[in-house]
Amino acid sequence: MSTLAIEHLTIGLPEGADRPFAVEDVSMTIDKGHILCVVGESGSGKSMTANALMGLLPPGVAVKAGRALFEARDVLRLPEADKMALRGASIAMIFQEPMTALNPLMRIGDQITEVFAAHDRFTQAERRKKALDLIREVQLPDPEKIIRAYPFQLSGGQRQRAMIAMALALEPKLLIADEPTTALDVTTQSQILKLILDLRDRRGMAVMFITHDFGVVAEIADGVIVMREGKVVEQGPAAQVLNTPQHGYTRRLLAAIPTGVLPERRVLSDSPALEIKGLRKIYRTGGGLFRAPREVRAVDDVSLTVSRGEVLGLVGESGSGKSTLGRTAVRLVTPDGGQVLVGGTDLAALSDEDLRKQRHKVQMVFQDPYASLNPRQRIIGAITDGPIARGIPKARAVARARELLDIVGLGADAASRFPHEFSGGQRQRIGIARALAMDPELIIADEAVSALDVSIQAQVLDLLRDLREKMDLSILFITHDLRVAAQLCDRIAVMQKGRLVEIGTVHDIFLNPQQDYTKQLLAAVPGADWDNQKVPA
Amino acid sequence: MSVLAIIAARLFKAALTLLAIAVLNFCLLHAAPGDPAVVLAGEAGAADEQMIEQLRERFGLDQPFGVQLWKYVSGVAQLDLGYSFRQGAPVIDLIAERLPATLLLTLTAFVISLVFGIALGVAAAARVGKPQDSLLTALALLFYATPLYWAALMAVLVFSVWLGWLPGFGYETVGAGYTGFDRALDIARHLVLPALTLGLFFMAVYMRMTRASMLEVSTADFVKTARAKGLSGAVIRRRHILRNAILPVVTLAGLQAGQLIGGAVLTETVFAWPGIGRLMFESLAARDYNTILGVFLVSAAMVILFNIVTDIVYRLVDPRIGARA
Amino acid sequence: MSFWKRFRTNIGAIVGVVLLIGVIAIALLAPVIFEHGPWQMVQRPFLAPFAVDGLPLGTDTLGRDVASQLAHGARVSLLVGLVSTLVALLIGVPLGALAGFYGGYVDEGAMRFTEFFQTIPNFALAIVLVAIFEPSLASITLAIAIVSWPPVARLVRAEVMSVRKREFVDAATLAGLSKHRILIRQVLPNTVSPIIVMASLMVATAILLESSLSFLGLGDPNAMSWGYMIGAARTVIRSSWWLSFFPGVAIIITVLALNLIGEGLNDALNPHLSRKGRA
Repeated sequence: MSTLAIEHLTIGLPEGADRPFAVEDVSMTIDKGHILCVVGESGSGKSMTANALMGLLPPGVAVKAGRALFEARDVLRLPEADKMALRGASIAMIFQEPMTALNPLMRIGDQITEVFAAHDRFTQAERRKKALDLIREVQLPDPEKIIRAYPFQLSGGQRQRAMIAMALALEPKLLIADEPTTALDVTTQSQILKLILDLRDRRGMAVMFITHDFGVVAEIADGVIVMREGKVVEQGPAAQVLNTPQHGYTRRLLAAIPTGVLPERRVLSDSPALEIKGLRKIYRTGGGLFRAPREVRAVDDVSLTVSRGEVLGLVGESGSGKSTLGRTAVRLVTPDGGQVLVGGTDLAALSDEDLRKQRHKVQMVFQDPYASLNPRQRIIGAITDGPIARGIPKARAVARARELLDIVGLGADAASRFPHEFSGGQRQRIGIARALAMDPELIIADEAVSALDVSIQAQVLDLLRDLREKMDLSILFITHDLRVAAQLCDRIAVMQKGRLVEIGTVHDIFLNPQQDYTKQLLAAVPGADWDNQKVPA
Repeated sequence: MSVLAIIAARLFKAALTLLAIAVLNFCLLHAAPGDPAVVLAGEAGAADEQMIEQLRERFGLDQPFGVQLWKYVSGVAQLDLGYSFRQGAPVIDLIAERLPATLLLTLTAFVISLVFGIALGVAAAARVGKPQDSLLTALALLFYATPLYWAALMAVLVFSVWLGWLPGFGYETVGAGYTGFDRALDIARHLVLPALTLGLFFMAVYMRMTRASMLEVSTADFVKTARAKGLSGAVIRRRHILRNAILPVVTLAGLQAGQLIGGAVLTETVFAWPGIGRLMFESLAARDYNTILGVFLVSAAMVILFNIVTDIVYRLVDPRIGARA
Repeated sequence: MSFWKRFRTNIGAIVGVVLLIGVIAIALLAPVIFEHGPWQMVQRPFLAPFAVDGLPLGTDTLGRDVASQLAHGARVSLLVGLVSTLVALLIGVPLGALAGFYGGYVDEGAMRFTEFFQTIPNFALAIVLVAIFEPSLASITLAIAIVSWPPVARLVRAEVMSVRKREFVDAATLAGLSKHRILIRQVLPNTVSPIIVMASLMVATAILLESSLSFLGLGDPNAMSWGYMIGAARTVIRSSWWLSFFPGVAIIITVLALNLIGEGLNDALNPHLSRKGRA
């Protein structure tokens, strides 16, 4: 007996949207005690489906056809009062952004007990006791303290646990989880996934789990539905979809996921493109007239080398200092100590004026494709600004820019357009062309593919791999995603809390990690077991 | 950091600001066209040669600039704001006598504008896009464009001259000899029109801010969470949206207290309300610079004090700031 | 949707533009329409509107043509509003830009200075300045500019700080561009929209301030203004209410028009923040 059955659901978008329907003729069922993963890239309509079930569609968006049977009633057509009674009681939902999904001015305990109040259950004292039980059940530490805490006092993972506690308060039959681990670090993600699996087993509820990550799917799914542009592309049991995908799109998505398959070893040159020696950066925050500042050692005595033609992956969770290291290496941040040697010059020691003349030696490809290009500047300007400032004649700089746009796969006519005319993946290509235009000794790619959908991610990674061969590029590739690093890098450096934990060839790190933290990270990678099956022994 | 330490830090900063204003005042006196002694005497007609000579001596106007500045600033620090030759009294006495009326007027107007502004802003936001919202928004826009003093004049014309409902002049009925409750009632009747017309503009400001803030917060993720919990629209508005939306409004309202005092000059002028604003207006015609600058300094001090109070209230209400500080 | 398309669909903004064009036309054509200047006695005093042909709004306490006064008053209001806003931008934009871009001590110093001016009750300061420096169009304009720039500095600082954190600024730094060039060519162009919106609202506020000063008798004695008209007619409100009424309506229309335009600009320039688009 299925908990939820969606039949031929169609959701209309407001006029002027890029397509008429957010979701078109979608059907699915979720059984009691099962986890159904709804997978798709951005714009696939997976979140809209969930919002429609909850009656939380944004204004202008409405259900046009179909029904969703839950406890023998069509939840899409219930009167608002009945929907309200259902929400939070029989169907509960958790969201992607734990940082913003909680009311900043309300104590965690109050936000949990409010669910009971909304549905008129229990007395005050019972509500408090239940809240404590829930906090214990989601394994938050020190429940008595948590219940009185405000959201800003909790970490991201703890907030997501608090959200789950609220969702579970009235023992819902169906839990809808909308990308609940996307904003979290891998190790936190793996803990939350484990918690959801546990709770499902203990309570026997049905879970609709929305994600873009097939690694996560491999970890928890019983059934899978793949959506694309509002339509169901493929559905079936998890093992079947993952191992023998039928539809081309599913196969492409699966192929695009960086897997544990490691690249061939390459022979590296001995001459270094970048040498970092004893680099240190300390951030002092919150100092004032009456208080001592708090010190964070963002980069703590790190030394490493990137050889010519090598791609070195720099991996770590948020707060590990990997981005600060990257920004220090290009001297966007001035280090407190140590050396950054590029072609024999110590960038860390240069005066502002000398630095400006040496800037071209190290270039960066940034994370956010929407923030990394000036919205008011044409592409050609963005690419030629640097070479012209270096003294290259304008005509030559323009010609080279067009050539580079062609190389990164955009075509020379992209030059005269503005950034808003390009998609996220195309913008990253422009960013790469901009970096190449300076003929740098080294490129630092700071989470350069993290903001992209998997299939786009794969294309940009292909481009980087291609360029590496053609132009003999040296790249410091910063990422939080070990799977991505494995695809591109020759060696990998692992950072934690500002320190370099381990550095070695991809093969050493993946197959024979030495440090506990590296092992932890590898174990936390979603779908790691499934990946391993595919690695030829 | 404890609340006491915060207050201490704020008071220290406030003292510095007042010192800077005193210096500014002194510079302005010297920047005024003409002999500073004549300027100080004002156009009271009282300024004969001998008197100006005395002034020159008393304020050390024949001494170097630095000495003069020191004399002036240390005088201000001891609440010596100079002497009004026009009114024949020390400026501080004149201000002290008139200050209560201004405080009564501005605080009443502030409370009225804040309470009604927030209430109407909440009401408009709850009906966004509907006719009631459009009407309220249009009215706010109209009040926002209406000069304070003109609204005051029209209120006098309609409610006092034509309809005869409320007094349009003064602080209380002169010579009526009311005492106790009767006197309070009499003053309250006199207060209605000035407070309402002064508050009208600010009510429009606060209403617009509240409405915008409510709409802004209502798109926040935690509001979606609240809906997903099955809370009713009214509960969500009260517990989740309102509390988060009101904080920035109250902060901004506190910062705008200065404008309220500026507006009081106009309102008090129209209603012959015996406050420091009216005192300033009277001194303008007489070119009584000592009094003008004295009122200026005191009104700045009031604003600073008010800002400290709102700041502390804000810290008590918002858990995030309290914990960080 | 393009900027113009969004602006055009905003009825309020269009009404504002039409009203403002009307006021500007009247101001420009005042000497042509009215043969009598605003200071010239044309009839006996206290004539009610339409009492005498050719004097649709009657005469004031000294027998001057109220309609002519209104039209000439528009010149002062618009001129002072516009020029004082420009001066305030000239002070506020560079100060805010430097504070936001360079940070550190520059920011600290600039912001303490701005805070000081924001703490002082601005209308009271304007009164003091005009009183001390003798009322004239120049002193009034300058006084209004001096009390109006702090919000500009704060806005520009906040905008610059947020733009400065965007990655394209880092990219420009890595391209070897100088700091000044980055501030002027990369950062400032991205702060223009909110400055335009604020400026249009500031003109409205400046007009209100000017009229308030004139009402208190601090207007330029050689320039007819709406505030002066109301101030002069204040004492005769019982007998000749229209003398105070019409200049007030003129102020409201002008200020309302500017506010409507400002809001229209805001909605059109920042579509994602538009008040109506979200519910």
